[in-house]
Amino acid sequence: MTAPLTAAPRNGAGGDRAFASITAGAAWFVLILLGAAAASMAWGGRLAFETFGWGFITSRDWDPVAGRFGALVPIYGTIVTSLLALVIAVPVSIGIALFLTDIAPRWLRGPIGMAIELLAAIPSIIYGMWGLFVFAPFMAAHVEPWLSDHLGTAPLIGAMFVGPPIGIGLLTASIVLGIMIIPFIATVSRDVFSAVPPQLKEAAVALGSTRWEILSRVTLPYTRSAIVGAMFLGLGRALGETMAVTFVLGNAHDLSLSLLMPSNSIAAAIANEFTEADTELYRSSLIALAFLLFVVTFIVLTIARLMLMRIGRNQGRTH
Amino acid sequence: MALFRRKLVDVVALLFASAATAFGLVWLIWILWTTAVQGAAALSPALFTQMTPPPGESGGLLNAFYGSGVMVLLALLIGTPLGIAAGTYLAEHGRHSKLAAAVGFINDILLSAPSIVIGLFIYELVVRPTGHFSGFAGALALAMVLLPIVVRTTAESLRLVPNTMREAAFALGIPRWRVTVRVLFKAALPGILTGVLLGLARIAGETAPLLFTALNNQFWSANVAEPLANIPVVIFQYAMSPYDQWHALAWAGALVLTAFVLFLNLVVRVLARGAKR
Repeated sequence: MTAPLTAAPRNGAGGDRAFASITAGAAWFVLILLGAAAASMAWGGRLAFETFGWGFITSRDWDPVAGRFGALVPIYGTIVTSLLALVIAVPVSIGIALFLTDIAPRWLRGPIGMAIELLAAIPSIIYGMWGLFVFAPFMAAHVEPWLSDHLGTAPLIGAMFVGPPIGIGLLTASIVLGIMIIPFIATVSRDVFSAVPPQLKEAAVALGSTRWEILSRVTLPYTRSAIVGAMFLGLGRALGETMAVTFVLGNAHDLSLSLLMPSNSIAAAIANEFTEADTELYRSSLIALAFLLFVVTFIVLTIARLMLMRIGRNQGRTH
Repeated sequence: MALFRRKLVDVVALLFASAATAFGLVWLIWILWTTAVQGAAALSPALFTQMTPPPGESGGLLNAFYGSGVMVLLALLIGTPLGIAAGTYLAEHGRHSKLAAAVGFINDILLSAPSIVIGLFIYELVVRPTGHFSGFAGALALAMVLLPIVVRTTAESLRLVPNTMREAAFALGIPRWRVTVRVLFKAALPGILTGVLLGLARIAGETAPLLFTALNNQFWSANVAEPLANIPVVIFQYAMSPYDQWHALAWAGALVLTAFVLFLNLVVRVLARGAKR
């Protein structure tokens, strides 16, 4: 607006300047908030980083009484549950996206799509409660005995499926996490699938392709970067998910290869122990964990955004 | 043979896609069913008239409902104006600026940032300096969860307002800020409202940011400078406890919370759909 402002009402220019600075200030505030959060985690965790150095992330020795804090177990638990959740959620989500764009009758697409989106609306505390009272007993009674009987003695992977079937542990947490991130990956996939130019699909149909061949040779290659972005988005969600995991992971500081054993995650350790942390070092160690989590999710989510931006179509979603 | 194989693969893939969808829906139904059945069994008028009880006694969740309501309202009061202002900058006044691009990017990341870290941040920022947990700290943490949602939806709704509307208003000689406030906000209002309602649905169930900020309070307190009872943390503590009575109350709270959140989501979606037609 470089036009002369002589014709504008009296309060025009001043109001404009004030309004522009207010909105710009609010925008700066969002940036500062993120920076301040990262800085305050780094500052709060400095005591732990100074005291333990690299040992903080390589040691599995978490002993509040002796004042020794090594975070290998929660880090391991976070990574294992998140990756396993992705392994579960990605094929299912792509299947759902395919169903919603190509298979379901038109009148069914809206309601089913909405139902899948509602999975993301359920508060994570509800997932946690359901996981603890319903799903963990179900796993203990029906799934885990079968797994340890049939896979527990298998070579190589056997060690992953041994242990008492108590229902609470890495596997249960991973499945619950997987369910929680399905809506995020599925809705992004659905949106990019339906944004594939119809000419591409029609050309494939004209060549006699089946629907699977269209998906695997046209749709997926065309939307590859967005699908990878959606996976990272799901991963970012899974890494930071707190309440659901806290309920079903068991808060155990033992390192175990078995997926049936209780373990810990960064977020769950913080949720469980922070209000009980009675020494400065204990509190600092938990904040240092939060700092690591924050940095890792920031990187993962940045990758997600960059991949999603490439496809240039990601409007209209709040997640 | 080759054709047969291709068709077989196709049928298997289609069956897999349908099964995947069924797989997704089964969890939704299972979770909602459990919550409805367990929660309905524990619903009673006492839920809304009595305080959270000590173990072994009967009671309700009145103080927790009240605390949640206060904190969510405060969070809305803090987060909404800030979010609308920042979103306006992204879509209007800072359009094409580097700051707007950076804020848009960071905002999208904040949107998915782990909420437990937000709780710890507010702990360091407010709780540690003041020396005690407080409902106000909880409200701040919730506002920080809400903020990116409002920023995003505000910016998006403003971008959907046709440029001709801006041009028409400018042509009348109206200053830019009045165009934004009187014309553009009016046009984008349904979208902005949708964002605020979705944000409300989200923060109503947020637990992790409240654990170290509002904490919990077994008694009635209307003072936001004190620890404040709230539904999510009460559900968490009661569900983790060994007492059946507390489990029942937790389920009742879970049912009310889920019903509230799903109702808001459905309303928003139906409204959005109606607006599109």
